[in-house]
Amino acid sequence: MSAPATNHHILSVLVQNRPGVLARVAGLFARRGFNIFSLAVAPAEDEGFSRITIVVDVESAPLEQIVKQLFKLIEVVKISELDPRRSVERELLLATVRATPEQRGQVVELTNIFEGKILAVGVEAITVSLEGHPDKLDDFEELLSGYGIVELQRTGRVALPKLDRQARLRAVAK
Amino acid sequence: MKLTGAQALIKSLEMEAVEVVFGLPGGCILPAYDPLLDSPIRHVLVRHEQGAGHMAEGYAHVTGRPGVAMVTSGPAATNMVTPLMDAYMDSVPLVVITGQVATGAIGSDAFQECDTVGITRSTTKHNELVMTAQDIPMAVRQAFHIATTGRPGPTLIDVPKDCLINTMDWYWPTDEEVAASLPGYRPTMKGHPRMIKEAAKMILASERPIIYAGGGILKARAADALRELAELLDIHVVTTLMARGAFPDDHPLCLGMPGMHGNATAINSMQKADLLITLGARFDDRITGKVSSFAPEAKVIHVDIDPAEQGKVRKPDVPIVGDARLVIEEIIKAIRDLKAAGTEQADTGAWKSRVSGWREQFPLSYEQSLPGEALKPQFCLEQLRDSAPEGTILVSGVGQHQMWSSQYWKFTEPYTWVNSGGLGTMGFSIPAAIGAKVGRPDRTVWAIDGDGCFQMTAQELVTAAVERIPIKVAILNNSYLGMVRQWQEMFYDERYSEVYLSPEVPNFVMWAEAMGCVGIRVDSPEEVQPAIDKANSIDDRPVVIDFRVDASEKVFPMVPAGVSNDDMILPTWQACNLDHLR
Repeated sequence: MSAPATNHHILSVLVQNRPGVLARVAGLFARRGFNIFSLAVAPAEDEGFSRITIVVDVESAPLEQIVKQLFKLIEVVKISELDPRRSVERELLLATVRATPEQRGQVVELTNIFEGKILAVGVEAITVSLEGHPDKLDDFEELLSGYGIVELQRTGRVALPKLDRQARLRAVAK
Repeated sequence: MKLTGAQALIKSLEMEAVEVVFGLPGGCILPAYDPLLDSPIRHVLVRHEQGAGHMAEGYAHVTGRPGVAMVTSGPAATNMVTPLMDAYMDSVPLVVITGQVATGAIGSDAFQECDTVGITRSTTKHNELVMTAQDIPMAVRQAFHIATTGRPGPTLIDVPKDCLINTMDWYWPTDEEVAASLPGYRPTMKGHPRMIKEAAKMILASERPIIYAGGGILKARAADALRELAELLDIHVVTTLMARGAFPDDHPLCLGMPGMHGNATAINSMQKADLLITLGARFDDRITGKVSSFAPEAKVIHVDIDPAEQGKVRKPDVPIVGDARLVIEEIIKAIRDLKAAGTEQADTGAWKSRVSGWREQFPLSYEQSLPGEALKPQFCLEQLRDSAPEGTILVSGVGQHQMWSSQYWKFTEPYTWVNSGGLGTMGFSIPAAIGAKVGRPDRTVWAIDGDGCFQMTAQELVTAAVERIPIKVAILNNSYLGMVRQWQEMFYDERYSEVYLSPEVPNFVMWAEAMGCVGIRVDSPEEVQPAIDKANSIDDRPVVIDFRVDASEKVFPMVPAGVSNDDMILPTWQACNLDHLR
């Protein structure tokens, strides 16, 4: 479930918060043949706007094209490409893992090492959560898989430029 | 002032100076048709909603003003999908209003309900589902603003029935309010000064320049600026299918149409150029042929108002985002400044004589029929052209007849050529010609159609007859889906699959007469001129001439799909000279 480091691009797209805007964005990616690796959307700081964080896995030339096409959508106000080295990224993972009473302690210990949380404990399974950098979530997920993952849900990443490096935020289109 | 939503809708159209609406009423849009009775806006009642869309396109093409169509929900909205996509591909300003089931019924699979904004999301520049009567004026203002600014295109407003019935407090949004409501929409008009200077230098330094003029010239009303630029430095101009008329065909610098069925000189001059001055064109696959071998030695200046066209197909050396007219004017200024400062234009003499040589050796040509042989479609077009009153507007469908029209007509002024370029919509010409005639009633409007195309939208001739819109139609009838037949002949070993249309059914003359038109059938060359003269003399009803033409005639030159422009197929009597294009 991890994005290859090479062609992984994060687009932060500020949109007018109007009905259908997510369908427009998603439809555009589908129409132009780009895969969305992950997508997170929620209201932004200004009332009336939402921020969509999209992770795409493309070469830079088609990325330029998709950004331009995206910006043609009337409701798209601003698009920034976030450089992973100069941004903070976070994601949330929820997982229910098979754990017999004997294994339970191991899973709890693993979760504690990662600074995750135990959300629910059952006889044969345990539900845990972890918030953090997507790479950290990848590692955690891999270690959990040894126990048998019953269900897993990740939110997709959200990102903002690093505070002290605002100046380096590359505005692709504004 | 309290108005119903329906009254507000019609009043909003009046405020936008709409003079004509093409449409057909039905259940959900019914309330809007009542205040229309009291409005000065003309309504043209079509026989199929697709016709309304294409009429609005034809109107927009020739007037430069947005075409407006209004239809009901469900099947009417889905019938509008083709014209919307057609307008989107060819950047035609269009505002379509569709009825929708009442807000409370949306999502319940109500009678004649469909997800109109969902269906048309990728066929419009923008669309909007109105949710209250109060929102109607703003939705209309936004729709017209978006349709007509930047790269023009179609917009759609979906209006639920209860929004038309409910009352609202009338208001008319100001320009500022419209702009504030669209914070993400700010088309770039003026080109970047540094890029413009760069372009001017590059043009002056070029020894083999070609101006590649596209439909954007017409959209930007930039024909005069284009002519000034071409004449300033004596640079040849090719005009794409969408730009025919943007630069006069009788001008010595005009090379005509490039592309798949362009003439050999236009195609080859792009191939051999060292600079393509690209103005409002988008490197369509029908122009470039195989992209990797397209104009291999050319640097590219690309002027386009749509940033997404920059680098989409061909990476430009000098990208300039902006309005074609404003940018060309700035480039002219920059060239004048450079010349005043002592920069001289490179010597283009050798290049121009090469181009002239190609023009002499590779004119468009076809074999005249011998007495008793079948009529040649190109001959019909030449006769139509030579008999056409000045300022005649030509509207074509899609296929062989379209290519021959573009090749053999002489366009001497802008906005006299209307066709479906990007989408290639068969059946476009009849309704588009009606819309064009409504927009320019002072002009003669000839629709050139194929027998295949005609059968897709011919019923709109009833509209034309009843509404007294006297267009003229020339069917180049070869009883085939001619272009498909040509491909099957050339690329499928003459295995003709499902392209033969019956030569006797329908009887086009009787059909025309049944629709209230004058019908004329022409079988032989000597009947051509009298039929055209008769058609040109009739101005109180539509005329249809059924020209029975040679089915074996093919469109040449041809660059087969995906093949390099260097490997164009010429008519046999020119093919032996192909080396002279190297």
